[in-house]
Amino acid sequence: MTNLSRDGIAWRIARDLHEGNYVNLGVGIPVLVSNYLDPDQEIFLHSENGILGVGPKPEKDQLDLDLISAGKGFCTLALGASLFDQQISFTMMRGGHLTHAILGALEVAENGDFANWKVPGEAVPGVGGAMDLAIGSPNIYVAMTHVSNKGKPKIVHRCSAPLTARSCVKRIYSDIAVMDLTPQGLILKEYMPGFDPIKVQSMTQVKLLVSEHCHEMLVPPIASNGVKLYQS
Amino acid sequence: MIDKEVDSCDRAVEGVFEGASIMLGGFGNAGMPGQLIDALRRKGVKNLTIISNGAGTGPFALGALFAEGLASKLIASYPAPTAAGFRDRYLKGEVELELVPQGSLVERIRCGGNGLGGFYTPTGAGTELAQGKETRSMNGREYVLELALRADFVFLKAHLGDRFGNLSYRGTMRNFNMVMASAGDVVIAEVDQLVPAGRIKPDDVHTPGIFVDQVIEIARLPKLLELPKEGS
Repeated sequence: MTNLSRDGIAWRIARDLHEGNYVNLGVGIPVLVSNYLDPDQEIFLHSENGILGVGPKPEKDQLDLDLISAGKGFCTLALGASLFDQQISFTMMRGGHLTHAILGALEVAENGDFANWKVPGEAVPGVGGAMDLAIGSPNIYVAMTHVSNKGKPKIVHRCSAPLTARSCVKRIYSDIAVMDLTPQGLILKEYMPGFDPIKVQSMTQVKLLVSEHCHEMLVPPIASNGVKLYQS
Repeated sequence: MIDKEVDSCDRAVEGVFEGASIMLGGFGNAGMPGQLIDALRRKGVKNLTIISNGAGTGPFALGALFAEGLASKLIASYPAPTAAGFRDRYLKGEVELELVPQGSLVERIRCGGNGLGGFYTPTGAGTELAQGKETRSMNGREYVLELALRADFVFLKAHLGDRFGNLSYRGTMRNFNMVMASAGDVVIAEVDQLVPAGRIKPDDVHTPGIFVDQVIEIARLPKLLELPKEGS
């Protein structure tokens, strides 16, 4: 059995983003997606502090103290980028103008509820723009491990952690599977080599429907940047 | 002749009184009025309510304000786990936290500066951040009533300023500064450079001087801004 690494999940998500998409990448696995986008496609990355068109990290001699991304790290601007204030930024997020938001999660429920903002054991709660993104973007994709590090399913009937938003998750990319959340239910579309729908079901609290097109996931073991896409 | 120039941050914050509410622009260190915050700490008035996206990014400026116990309440969206000054006081119960989703924080401030009482947002509906708030169903969706937010003092940070109080930003400095400029009784801006009247072109004035009461030039490091060229 082979599980995807965090970079592997990011690589797989990047295959589903295409030219003309406007995408917000959350902290954690989602932000890694930017390393695996097809450079031949023009995809705009949004940063909630006021950038549409985030570029790669700057070289040391190109640092601009006034130019940071939502993770508070220095960034550059991509071709066609724009800069704006918080009002316009949240108009894009809450107003449904971004095509995709990729977010991490602690749990996803079968009705599309999800929890990601209040991490158990963290001393001070912080929500940032997560709730605004979740209710605004038409395509909320969640990136997370399939089960917790204690082996507990994270795709559940009902979230036990405090909710970020209700009924909004459309797709889940885990380290073993790709699943769509639809009005019909949770549909398994892809699984990693060595797994099968029965094994994925055994790690999922919610009943899985198997798509007629369901197949093994096609992810290479190593990305073109040399990073391992499988857990070792 | 209108002249809103003030020669020092200490003089600019002279009017701040015990128990005052203070809005601070900035996201990360970009557009954060750090020198005005330092002057406020030197002044030492207590029981302040701070309205800001976060709680500072280190042991200086806002972090130091909390560490010295000058604030009794923070209204914010994301007090980062690294904001130790705030965290330590919060865990001892010495400072209250009102956590607001980032987009709702922006919009509450916008309402405060626009003479509006509040607004209905789907952000946070069904989550613990909507607890105790009025909700209303419109077109089949649940919305949460969020109330306007104003402050006794607003501290801004811009790149350029002039004697009229016109401000111009660069990079990701705009963030909360533009919306906060309208939402305070006394609005004070620190700028990298104070330029002669007319030097900021009308097209480049991001915050019109009508909103700004005082402008102070502060010393800082030179910066770079490299925009990528087509095809590079």
